[in-house]
Amino acid sequence: MTATENLTNSSSEETAVITAANTSEGRQELQLRENISTKEILRGSGAVLRMSESEVAALAGIQSDDQTMIINMGPQHPSTHGVLRLMLELSGETVLRCKPIIGYLHTGMEKTGESLTFMQGGTNVTRMDYASPLNNELVFAMTTEKLLGIDQDIPERAVWIRMLLSELNRISSHLLFLATNGMDIGAVSMMLYGFREREEVLRFFQKVTGLRMNHNFIRPGGVAADLPAGWRDEVMNLLESLPTRLAEYEILMTGQPIWRERLQGVGVITRDEAIALSATGPILRSTGLSWDLRRDMPYLRYDKVEFDVIVGSYGDAFDRYSIRLNEIRESMRIVQQVLDAMPQGDYRIQDKKVTPPPRGRIDESMEALIHHFKIFTEGFRVPEGEAYVAIESPRGEIACYIASDGSPTPYRMHVRAPSFVNIQTMPLMMRGGLVADAVAVISSVDPVLGEVDR
Amino acid sequence: MSGQVADDVRFVVKADYLTTLSSLKAEGFEMCVDLTAVDYLTHPGRNISPEILGQITLERFELVVNLLSLSQRRRVRLRIQIAESGAVIDSAFDLYPGTEAMEREVFDMFGIRFDGHPDLTRILMPEDWQGHPLRKDYSQGAIPVQFKGAAS
Repeated sequence: MTATENLTNSSSEETAVITAANTSEGRQELQLRENISTKEILRGSGAVLRMSESEVAALAGIQSDDQTMIINMGPQHPSTHGVLRLMLELSGETVLRCKPIIGYLHTGMEKTGESLTFMQGGTNVTRMDYASPLNNELVFAMTTEKLLGIDQDIPERAVWIRMLLSELNRISSHLLFLATNGMDIGAVSMMLYGFREREEVLRFFQKVTGLRMNHNFIRPGGVAADLPAGWRDEVMNLLESLPTRLAEYEILMTGQPIWRERLQGVGVITRDEAIALSATGPILRSTGLSWDLRRDMPYLRYDKVEFDVIVGSYGDAFDRYSIRLNEIRESMRIVQQVLDAMPQGDYRIQDKKVTPPPRGRIDESMEALIHHFKIFTEGFRVPEGEAYVAIESPRGEIACYIASDGSPTPYRMHVRAPSFVNIQTMPLMMRGGLVADAVAVISSVDPVLGEVDR
Repeated sequence: MSGQVADDVRFVVKADYLTTLSSLKAEGFEMCVDLTAVDYLTHPGRNISPEILGQITLERFELVVNLLSLSQRRRVRLRIQIAESGAVIDSAFDLYPGTEAMEREVFDMFGIRFDGHPDLTRILMPEDWQGHPLRKDYSQGAIPVQFKGAAS
């Protein structure tokens, strides 16, 4: 029996049974302590590997009683950044356990990716992490290029354009974080400022790619088009206006006692815990570990530019806030160097296999027309094999694993989404804190639910 | 473009999975950065060199585990074959707690079970969903939409 048949049979039976509206996620939800294994309780404390035997025994012995209650936060909640649902076990206002329940935004993008050609794949992956779409496109394009064996042949200008866009996207994504973080903590004016500045970056993206988001601009073989006239002035304007704005944020938030009070010492994670839970990006760096793929496993031309990797020391929400704020400054440094170094030349590889002929040639040559038609209808074939490429997105390591069977569509396309993995740190960070701190923790993890659920 | 050397890919027999993981962890691979699977139902050959084919038998499912060494700036990729009948493998949870959500996703999408996982439930699909969407025999499109609790 195929899965589809199986499905129709059972759903007809089920509709007879279920009568009332039911929003339960069943066993995916946070269960009572007596119904789950010791191991799962320990998982919530995030300390599976690092607790002494007596601590483990003490934790396992706790039973639910009338003093605790389980409440739902989300999926529709202004501070959960989309449709994240958290179930919290509370004792008074203290969070004892937490379980994130995800999947409300699941649209099967990895399955969809199997029926789109490598040419069309960018439109799919760009919608995963919608706050940093260009990094998604970049990692997909780089994986495809690795499979094609052309990853060393991408023209210099295309590489530097990719770096420019990737860094500007990091700036816009971090500005969005500052906006939503401010809103979650209660600094509503920060939300307006953050969105205002982000909009200026998106306006540049619109000029370059035609769209504010979901660009599909970075494609296998290069980028879709050359930078438009006047792009340099636009970027210079951005670089000039941002430092004063960032200084304003420092006054508004960094030095402000309420802000520090709300974030310092909240959502603490140690280095060992972050590594064990596979957390990457600002969460890992906030624990003092200096790990940034741009520096430690350089891709594009990050080995040719100078920048600092920002690290924290306490692993708390305040560190993660200031890391992101200062990473904007580092990205601006990189953008400045990209401006100086931007070479002339092609913006996409002159390999007829992956690059369609230019528009002008189509009117003159029948072969060019056929070639153009074939590439856009059938796509190009990618040799058999598997490739895994990882880059540093604003949220951590984003990677793409593609298995190709030699056809124009990926046999399997998997995206290692940093938010999906980072969300696992939430139960640990929230444990023992207040409900109000839970909001700060969600915000400081900065999950993008489009990427979590894919 | 990336100045990285060729990928370090190792084929591991299912029975040796956990011992390989723990020896790699001792070698300095602190983080399990990614864990996913591929269903090779319609592409069983998968372009593997003959000397490796002599050591392993190809199966329908392949678990792909990417480990990362932060101290040595090195990656290693493990590929483990899992047979279709009784698709079960040991959970890496005790060694790498970060695989918890990833193993749940693989279970949800492929129906591969993980022995010793603390909470092996669906993670992206609803709890009462039938079938495992990323399997190759799970057809895309033309699937009746399952609304939960709808009075039909």
